[in-house]
Amino acid sequence: MSRRLSEVFAQAKSANRGALIGYLPAGYPTAAASVELLNTMIDAGVDAIEVGLPYSDPLMDGADIQFAVAAALAGGTTTDVVLDVVGRLDGERAALLVMSYWNPIERYGVERFAARLAAAGGNGVITPDLTPEEAGPWFAATKANAIDTIFLVAPSSTDERIKAVVANTSGFVYAASTMGVTGARSQVGGGAEPLVTRTRRVTGLPISVGLGVSTGAQAREVATYADGVIVGSAFVRCIRAAADLPAAIAAVRDLAGELAEGVRRPSD
Amino acid sequence: MTAGHFGPYGGRFVPEALTAALDELDSAFRSAIIDPSFITRLTQLERSYSGRPSPLTRADRFAEHCGGARIYLKREDLNHTGSHKINNAIGQALLTQRMGKSRMIAETGAGQHGVATATAAALLGLECTVFMGEEDTHRQALNVVRMQLLGAQVISVTAGSRTLKDAINEAMRDWVASVERTHYVLGTVTGPAPFPEVVRYFQAVVGREARDQIQLAEGRLPDAVVACVGGGSNAIGLFSGFMDDAEVQLRGYEAGGDGVETGRHAARFAAGSPGVLHGARTYVMQDEWGQTIASHSISAGLDYPGVGPEHSWLHDTGRAKYEPINDDEAMAAMALLSRTEGIIPAIETAHALAGAMRVGRELGPTAVIIVNLSGRGDKDVATAARWFGIGAPAGIEMAEGR
Repeated sequence: MSRRLSEVFAQAKSANRGALIGYLPAGYPTAAASVELLNTMIDAGVDAIEVGLPYSDPLMDGADIQFAVAAALAGGTTTDVVLDVVGRLDGERAALLVMSYWNPIERYGVERFAARLAAAGGNGVITPDLTPEEAGPWFAATKANAIDTIFLVAPSSTDERIKAVVANTSGFVYAASTMGVTGARSQVGGGAEPLVTRTRRVTGLPISVGLGVSTGAQAREVATYADGVIVGSAFVRCIRAAADLPAAIAAVRDLAGELAEGVRRPSD
Repeated sequence: MTAGHFGPYGGRFVPEALTAALDELDSAFRSAIIDPSFITRLTQLERSYSGRPSPLTRADRFAEHCGGARIYLKREDLNHTGSHKINNAIGQALLTQRMGKSRMIAETGAGQHGVATATAAALLGLECTVFMGEEDTHRQALNVVRMQLLGAQVISVTAGSRTLKDAINEAMRDWVASVERTHYVLGTVTGPAPFPEVVRYFQAVVGREARDQIQLAEGRLPDAVVACVGGGSNAIGLFSGFMDDAEVQLRGYEAGGDGVETGRHAARFAAGSPGVLHGARTYVMQDEWGQTIASHSISAGLDYPGVGPEHSWLHDTGRAKYEPINDDEAMAAMALLSRTEGIIPAIETAHALAGAMRVGRELGPTAVIIVNLSGRGDKDVATAARWFGIGAPAGIEMAEGR
């Protein structure tokens, strides 16, 4: 079992910094390389890993992640490969999560998926297209296997809706910074901070902001009001741009280091 | 059955960012359909603009090839823009106005829904963007030009299989980012709640009219009603008029492509399984890992790996029966209707006609059958020319439909 999210967020808080959460799809560029790249993130100070489960119809993802998951699928990445990747990550130093669209989990069998993920050391799942209303069997399976269920809130969510979502969330609440798909942006959406404020009113859970964060400076800004910062597309981009695996590892290490530095809050 | 569900099917599997927009659509829809001014406006446009009611045409020469059963064609091909799609597009365009939004987006496969949405946008002065798979922009090139003439922007989608499924993904991505001023006019009875119910409501006019017309013509209800099923909006429209008449068989025909056994088809019921795609639980063509399998059909409008969730429920309960029709059977039916009745149907519709030939032979000469003639075939002439080896007269370029 990897580190618990509750512990990760508590420790980050006591160290006066935001938690850093890094995403990469399993199997990109290959299964073995994704293990190396994700472990590199952990080495460089990432607190929680989101292992993406590649899906054929990633309708919440922008161009970078679409490219990476298509490559991972073309390379034969199955749900079993994803779980194997999770099992090869350094869970002593980071929380291990899976981020997956719903159909692959349902097809694998919700209980089977939860049990195998727990056996591989994972303890949280982010489901961007599953709403709590449709998640009945999922709650039972995740509870039985001590897996956190992470749901999203968005700038368009009403207060009432946020309340309903957080009531079914554990680990942390994923606050989408903007109305849009994943992808590095020059600015983090202005809707993020008010959304975090609204969410805090109804939950004591940690709140992490994702969508559009790509630099240390953006991480610093987000960490002033959120408990965690989620970065995905920016990692995919630096892997796409690298000439070979050693160059990709170096680029991922540099970016993770920059972001880990960014989430430190200035001591006052 | 809970709201937005059809048995275990349907529901809402979408990013949280879209929940508010779906709730807004749901409440706008529910208030509209009990608002007499909305109904009056819709009915006026159906009559004076779309050309409703569409006729019910008895097709005796075609019927000779259907075991002698009496065949009636519900002529949605005679609607403005040439298919049933205008029924839904105008309805949702009025909802767009009602929600105070200024822009509509749509996905399109065969281009008929894109053309209908672009038309409704032009009529009501709304901005319009249509997403179309790159492969479909080639095989339905005529409709791309029509949409552009109507003032819509057509975006060619190059992701994935470059067909309807990918156009929907791209439309959803646009919608998440633009939802404040944009309504997504989904073209069929798929997608997250309340879309399947909204689209059924606007297509139900087909079944209501057909029910009245057949009673006038035959003095009784039909033995079977027949439609092609891609997402399934023309089928739901016709079926909904007869849903509670247990003696009327509901028959849906999906695309068998090269044959279900070849793997190159769009036969969700014959070869798919329950899953989640594009926001709803329904029958999906998927592999053992839940990855969507790309569909294949000569007909762009049926070339989709999912199907409306209500059809999944009608399938499981046995209320409706679904069978695949292969490309060759559909093309033969297209030629047959053209030569026996002087009506060139869309290739999508030709699947229903081939189905009617089967049903007619099964039920025999006393049977009365209504086929939804969902669209006309002008858009498909280049595909047909290649299929049948019809040469273009000298000097005429047959570039489209590659």
